[in-house]
Amino acid sequence: RGKRRSTYDRNTEEQMLEPTICSLRGYCSGIEYCDSLDQNLQMVEKGTSLLKKMEISVAEAEKRTGKNAVNMQETYTVYLIETRPVDAASEGTNPVPDSLWRRYSEFELLRNYLLVTYPFLVVPPLPEKRAEFVWHKLSADNMDPDFVERRRVGLENFLLRVASHPDLSSDKIFYSFLTEENGWKETVFETGFQAKADSRLKALNATFRVKNPDKRFAEMKHYGDELQSVISQLLRVRARAADRLYGVYKVHGNYGRVFSEWSAIEKEMGDGLQSAGHHMDAYAASVDDILEEEEHYADQLKEYLFYADALRAVCRKHELTQYELEMAAQDLTSKKQQREELATGTIRTFSLKGVTSKLFGQETPEQREAKLKMLETQIEEGEELVKERNAECEEFVKSAWVDIERFKEQKDHDLREALISYAIMQISMCKKGIQVWNNAKECFSKM
Amino acid sequence: TEGERGECNLLAPLRTLTTSVCLPIDCPPSGERNEAIAASVDGRHPLSSLYCRKRRTSETEQAGLILPNGTPVDTSSLASSSSLLNRLQLDDDLDGETRDLFVTVEDPKKHVSTMETYITYRVCTKTTRTEFDLPEYSVRRRYQDFDWLRNKLEESQPTHLIPPLPEKFVMKGVVDRFSEEFVETRRKALDKFLKRVADHPVLSFNEHFNAFLSAKDLNKRQGLALLTKMGESVKYVTGGYKLRARPAEFAAMGDYLDLFTQKMGTIDRIAQRIIKEQSEFLMELREYGPVYSSWSSFEEDLHDPLEGVSGCMSNCSSALEELTEDMSEDFLPVLREYVLYIESMKNVLKKRDQVQAEYETKLEAVVFREDKKPPVPSDVEKCQDRVECFNADLKADWDRWENNKRQDFRQLLTGMADKNIQHYEKCLAAWESLVPLLQDKQEAEGETS
Repeated sequence: RGKRRSTYDRNTEEQMLEPTICSLRGYCSGIEYCDSLDQNLQMVEKGTSLLKKMEISVAEAEKRTGKNAVNMQETYTVYLIETRPVDAASEGTNPVPDSLWRRYSEFELLRNYLLVTYPFLVVPPLPEKRAEFVWHKLSADNMDPDFVERRRVGLENFLLRVASHPDLSSDKIFYSFLTEENGWKETVFETGFQAKADSRLKALNATFRVKNPDKRFAEMKHYGDELQSVISQLLRVRARAADRLYGVYKVHGNYGRVFSEWSAIEKEMGDGLQSAGHHMDAYAASVDDILEEEEHYADQLKEYLFYADALRAVCRKHELTQYELEMAAQDLTSKKQQREELATGTIRTFSLKGVTSKLFGQETPEQREAKLKMLETQIEEGEELVKERNAECEEFVKSAWVDIERFKEQKDHDLREALISYAIMQISMCKKGIQVWNNAKECFSKM
Repeated sequence: TEGERGECNLLAPLRTLTTSVCLPIDCPPSGERNEAIAASVDGRHPLSSLYCRKRRTSETEQAGLILPNGTPVDTSSLASSSSLLNRLQLDDDLDGETRDLFVTVEDPKKHVSTMETYITYRVCTKTTRTEFDLPEYSVRRRYQDFDWLRNKLEESQPTHLIPPLPEKFVMKGVVDRFSEEFVETRRKALDKFLKRVADHPVLSFNEHFNAFLSAKDLNKRQGLALLTKMGESVKYVTGGYKLRARPAEFAAMGDYLDLFTQKMGTIDRIAQRIIKEQSEFLMELREYGPVYSSWSSFEEDLHDPLEGVSGCMSNCSSALEELTEDMSEDFLPVLREYVLYIESMKNVLKKRDQVQAEYETKLEAVVFREDKKPPVPSDVEKCQDRVECFNADLKADWDRWENNKRQDFRQLLTGMADKNIQHYEKCLAAWESLVPLLQDKQEAEGETS
């Protein structure tokens, strides 16, 4: 705890909320909302993002062993989530925080729930499931303590991001994730989100083409692709560079040893050589801290690598929504055409029924009446469906676009901060290098 | 003596020498064969003391000394090296008044002919020595000529340690022989070489050195014609004699050189490895710039910061490239110079052993002769002189070498530290100039939003 900094910046949360409220109000006028958005608006107006009420942290990680679903012994890690009301802390009483243990799979469940329930929001990502972009010193093993520690920080970051999101922070399932240890899983499943998830997944995986793609979303999707590609490249280069830098520093440690051996056969030069050797050892050892700091920067990049994915998901889901609208509209049009044909007796579109009726004789007037009636009902239903889907689509676009704007600002701010801290880290590394070599130079000049 | 470096205690060695010159002419009882022979080497042998007056004549005259018993001495055949002078003078403690020979290497120029391309350097000399016809000289010499000089010095002054030259061969693919940096590094090393020879009390009087500095055309075949009696008499017969006991001090030198060579080898390997790792790191570093640049191309607010980072990475790449080049061109060659130098020093030690072995063998044959007649053959006498001269020369040169080595390595390692410091300073400047750029934008954003 306290070893690694979370990428989440508390200050940004304050900044982020203000513009969001304004833009939400702007979009509010004269447009329908779905229930959850309405609630959120009320909460936001009251200024009660969860993080304002409650301190959240992922304090510890522990190994557990138990039986899994197929009754096999398994080892897994659990993370301690601590929550504490903000007021209590400021009063100075410092009460013991409430806490519960959760494992990674439960975090995944929470996120999947949020993805399905808020398809129009850019849902914060989880830290990586498996260690990627590793360089040789870094372990790819999920059980490795360094990996677990970085995951702990990533999970805390995830919770803070959700808790500061104007819409997600007021979700009840999220709240109970933080506060109810037992029975939470059941509560989630009771929402029935799984069924929605499965159908959505099926639809998303199928290939479909939208007739009139929304330009803005297409551009956003393209941006997401490019961001993902460039950050992956950057992380790959970084991993290779880290390996090499490690080598450069560590080999200097050999100077330490040989200077020490050499000093033993020298008279006047001995002392200078010996002390210089110690500085070479210090130089070699300093690379561990440097690379750990760099790992933090890599984690910040990784978060946005996964955020890019979340952004693309929103665009994809919008496409699906639009596609479904188009399908409903298409279906309605064809049904209307069928009615017209039946009413006027002209066949404009080819249909198997038409052909068979030609071959085997026309229908009876009674049969026609029945058909017409059915079609009328279907058309009524179809018009309702189109209205619904149209409203859905419009809502989706409005809400999604608000969140995308919010995300853009957050991303620009966070990445700029990340670059600044990277530059500061490089500066510190250079200064340390200058100091060590100056020390060594002093020793050499005393030879 | 240790602990007294920096002080030029001129009288102490002088006292030692005068004492050893004037030993009482008593014959100690004949003891063990080896003991007797060993004793003869440092002048305590009864027979050697008979002829003590014949030693060190020219130098004592030069130094203005008179033997305590007042006897003038005949100049012996051997115009051997002035070990006494050696002990009196240390290279770097010579002040302007006593120095009478100044040499510099400057002004490298490229010469292109149909056969080859090569560099020449101007060698300038200023001197008041009578051995030179003129007070000033300016000649052009190429590396080959320096190499010739060093070989001649080794041949004609085998009892001395000849300073090192920069490496002869350089890997054509790796180092550019005509680059400014390489030529400058070489010039400095050649300058150091000539200055060390010029400051050496014996080597500086060598006629090959004189020719090198003064002759218009260095006809290297002249070397044979210039061989004087001195040269001939100095041609030691080596080989075939077995050494009984190497004096501790020379054994220590040999041991030291072996260990020292080992350490040089290790340092060379480490330096090469570092250069390799840095080159591979450089390859990765070079990839950063373009990636950040391409990222900036599809960002709006982040465009300038990302371009800034890209530029920074390029600067750091250049700085690292300079560092690795400098280490290749300046650091490694000097290490290798020393390894070659030590090889030649070990040869000198071997020759010394041979000279001593020859003397011991001949002396043994004489001492344990049946008739025990006083007249000792003159060639044994000459051998003894050779041994003593060699030892004295070597000891003095060894001290000089130790001092030079200390200077050389202090300079080399300080230089290495400096290069690394400069590298980090360049990177620091690049990153420091970027930070306000990133932060300013932020403030500006805050105002507009």
